[in-house]
Amino acid sequence: MAPRVLDGVRTVLAPLARAATTPLLPADYLDLLAPLHPGAHRARVVGVRRETDSAVTVALRPAGRWPGHRAGQHVRVGVEVDGVRCWRSYSLTGPAGLDGTLTITVTGVDDGRVSRHIVERLRVGTVVGLEGPDGDFTLPDPAPAKVLFVTAGSGLTPVMGILRTQLSELPDVVLVHSARTGREVLFADELRAWHAAGRLRLVERHTATSGRLSAADLVELVPDLADRPTWACGPNGLIDTVADLLDQQGRLDQLHTERFRPVLAPVGRGGQVTFGRSGPVVEADGATSLLEAGEASGVLLTSGCRMGICHRCVVPLTEGTVRDLRDGALTSVEQGDPVAVQTCINAAAGPCRVEA
Amino acid sequence: MTALQHKRTSPIAHLTPADIEQLGKELDALREEILADRGQRDADYIRRVIKVQRGLELGSRAVLLASIFPPAWLLGTLGLSISKILENMEIGHNVLHGQWDWMRDPAIHSTTWEWDNVTPAEAWKHSHNELHHTYTNVIGRDNDLGYAIMRVDEDQEWTPLFLGQPLWNFVNMLIFEYGIAAYDLDLGAYVTKQRTDTDRLKAGAKAVWRKARKQILRDYIVHPLVSGPSALPTLAANVVANVARNVWTHSVIMCGHFPRGVETFTKETLDGETRAEWYLRQMLGSANISGSRLMHIMTGNLSYQIEHHLFPDLPSNRYQEVAPRVQQLFERYGLTYVSGPLPKQVASAWWKIIRLSLPNDFQPGVRRQKASGVTESAAPSGRNPVAV
Repeated sequence: MAPRVLDGVRTVLAPLARAATTPLLPADYLDLLAPLHPGAHRARVVGVRRETDSAVTVALRPAGRWPGHRAGQHVRVGVEVDGVRCWRSYSLTGPAGLDGTLTITVTGVDDGRVSRHIVERLRVGTVVGLEGPDGDFTLPDPAPAKVLFVTAGSGLTPVMGILRTQLSELPDVVLVHSARTGREVLFADELRAWHAAGRLRLVERHTATSGRLSAADLVELVPDLADRPTWACGPNGLIDTVADLLDQQGRLDQLHTERFRPVLAPVGRGGQVTFGRSGPVVEADGATSLLEAGEASGVLLTSGCRMGICHRCVVPLTEGTVRDLRDGALTSVEQGDPVAVQTCINAAAGPCRVEA
Repeated sequence: MTALQHKRTSPIAHLTPADIEQLGKELDALREEILADRGQRDADYIRRVIKVQRGLELGSRAVLLASIFPPAWLLGTLGLSISKILENMEIGHNVLHGQWDWMRDPAIHSTTWEWDNVTPAEAWKHSHNELHHTYTNVIGRDNDLGYAIMRVDEDQEWTPLFLGQPLWNFVNMLIFEYGIAAYDLDLGAYVTKQRTDTDRLKAGAKAVWRKARKQILRDYIVHPLVSGPSALPTLAANVVANVARNVWTHSVIMCGHFPRGVETFTKETLDGETRAEWYLRQMLGSANISGSRLMHIMTGNLSYQIEHHLFPDLPSNRYQEVAPRVQQLFERYGLTYVSGPLPKQVASAWWKIIRLSLPNDFQPGVRRQKASGVTESAAPSGRNPVAV
C-alpha cells in the first residue's frame, strides 16, 4: 500500500516541481544544494594515496548506489582541469568497498593533461563525474584453471582489479609485468607478497635494464604458455608482440586484450569540420580526431574510452568523408543519409560535417 | 579600403588602411592573450554567479510563500526581480553567446541552455548572435536599430507611424521579453509583407507559445497556488518581477547602441569588409555604461558593450579586465570611447527616440551631411562628427 501512495505522490509532485522550475529542471536546483544526490553521476574523492613517484590511487565514493562491476572493468571519470571538464576511462583496481568506495590508479604521463592533474593536484573532497562501469576485459565464469596475465606500466590496473577480486578462485596464475624500473612497479608490495606466499608467480621485467619483452622472452619465461588463456593490457607494442605469438600458435581466440590507445594507420590529409548546424567550423589535420578538434573549439561532445572501443562518442556524420585513424578506412556519406561515426578515432578527410 | 575613410567629417578620416589593419592585429592579439589565460578562475566565476542566482531565486520564492505579509512581499519581490535580471543578463545572454562553451560542461553550454525568457534560446541565438553581432548598427541589416518599429537614426526614413514611437518604446519596455520574441520571429516584416514565408512564422510562433505557456504557468499559476493564502500577493510579486526585469533589460540594451556618440553605417560598409574593419565598426557602433561592480554584473557586463561587441564570446568577467586596454587603443587611434552613467545614457537614448519621432526637418539646428560610409547628422559646429 505504502509504495503505491508514494508513487501517487510522485506522479503529482514531479510534474508540479517541473512546472515550478521551468525552463530548468528540479535536479538543477538539487545539484546546487546536494551535488551528490543519489541520481547524480558523480562521486566524491575520499582518498588519494601515492603508489609510485608518478602514480596515485584515488578512492571514490559514488553519489548513488553503485550498480556493481565485474573485475577488470573500467569507469569514466570526469575531472575539471583548468576549468575544462575532461572525461577519461580508468580501470577499477579492486572490488567496491563495504561503503561502496571504488578505487582507480592513475599514472601521470608526460603529455597527459588529465592524468597529470589527477596525480599532482587532485584533492580529497573534490567532486568528480562518474559513469560506468564498462568493458569486457574480464574473466569468464567459471575461470580457467591456468591463467597468464601480460601487462606493462599502468596496463596492470585492470589485472589488479581481477587479482584483488578473484585471486582465491584462481589456482594457477602467472603475471608477467613490465615496468621501466623496480621502483616503478605499481602495487609492488602486494604483488611480491602474493608471489612470496605462492599465490601467484610474478615475473617482473625491468625494461630500463633488460629491454622490452620479446616473444622469445615470453616463451622462455612461461614454458606452459600454450596451456594458458592470456589477458594482455599495456602499450600497443606489447599487445602486438603477444598477439603475434599467440597467432603463430593458432591460439588467438585465447587472447583477451585491452589497449590504452588505438593502433594508428598512416595519417591522411585533414579538412574542414563543421559541428552541427550553427556550430564552429574547424580546420583539422588528418591526425587529429574529430573529438579532439571539436573539444579544442568548445564543442560539447560526449567521449568515452577515446580509443574507439566504447562507442560513447558516436554522432551522425551528415556530410563529407572521415578517415578511421586506426586502419585508414574511409567513411563517406551521401546527402540525406547520415552515418553514425565514432568521433574519437575518426579524423576529417576533406570537408565534413558532424551533428554535435 | 572602406568608404568610411574618405569622409571629411568621418570619425576615422585620420586612419589609413594600414592603421586599421594594425588596430585589427592588436585586437586579435588581445583576444588571443585572454583565450590563453582562460581557466579555473573563470569557471569558478560563472558557477558562483549561477549558484547565487539560483539560491536567490529559491530564497525569494520561499519568502513569497508568506507574501501576504508586506515585508515578505517586498523582500521576495526584490529578490525575485534581481534573480530574474541575473538569469537573463549575466547568465543567459552570456551562456547563449557561447562564452562558457570552452568548459565543456553540458550544464553551462550554449547548445543546451534555455533561459527564463519567452523567446526560445534557439531563435534568439540566430537573431542576436548571427544577425545583430555581425551587422551591428548597419541600417537595413541590423534590426536591433529600433527593432523595426522605431526610428533611431536620421537616415531611417520617417513615416507618420513614428510619431507614436515614444509610446511604442514605453510599451515595449514594459513587455520587453514579448517584444524580443516578436523581434526574433521578425513579426514586423510579416506585418509589412516584406516576408511571406508564413510557415516559418507559424512554426516560430508555436515555439514561442510553448515556451511562454510554461513560464506563465510557473509565474502566474503554480507559484501563486502553492502560496495558498498568499496567492494574490505572490501573483503580484511575479508580475512586478517580470516587469522590473523587462524595464531593466530594455534600458540597458537601449544604452548599448542608441546614445549620443554612437555611429551607424550603410549597407555598403559591408562590401568587402575586413576583420579589422569589422572591429572598427563595433568600436564606433557601441557605447558603455560606467558604474559600480554590482551595476556591471546586473547588466550582464553589457555595460562593457564595446568590449562585448569586440569579443562576443570571451567570458563576461573578462570585459572589465580588458576595458582599460581597449580604451588605450581608442586613444592611440584617435577614436571616441563612448561611455556614461546609466541615467545619462538612458536619457540620451530616450531623447533620441522622442526627437526622431519627428521628421528631420523639424529638428532645429541640425544640418544633415550624408555620405556613403558613416551616416551621421553633424552638430551645428560642423566639427563634432557624431550623431546627435
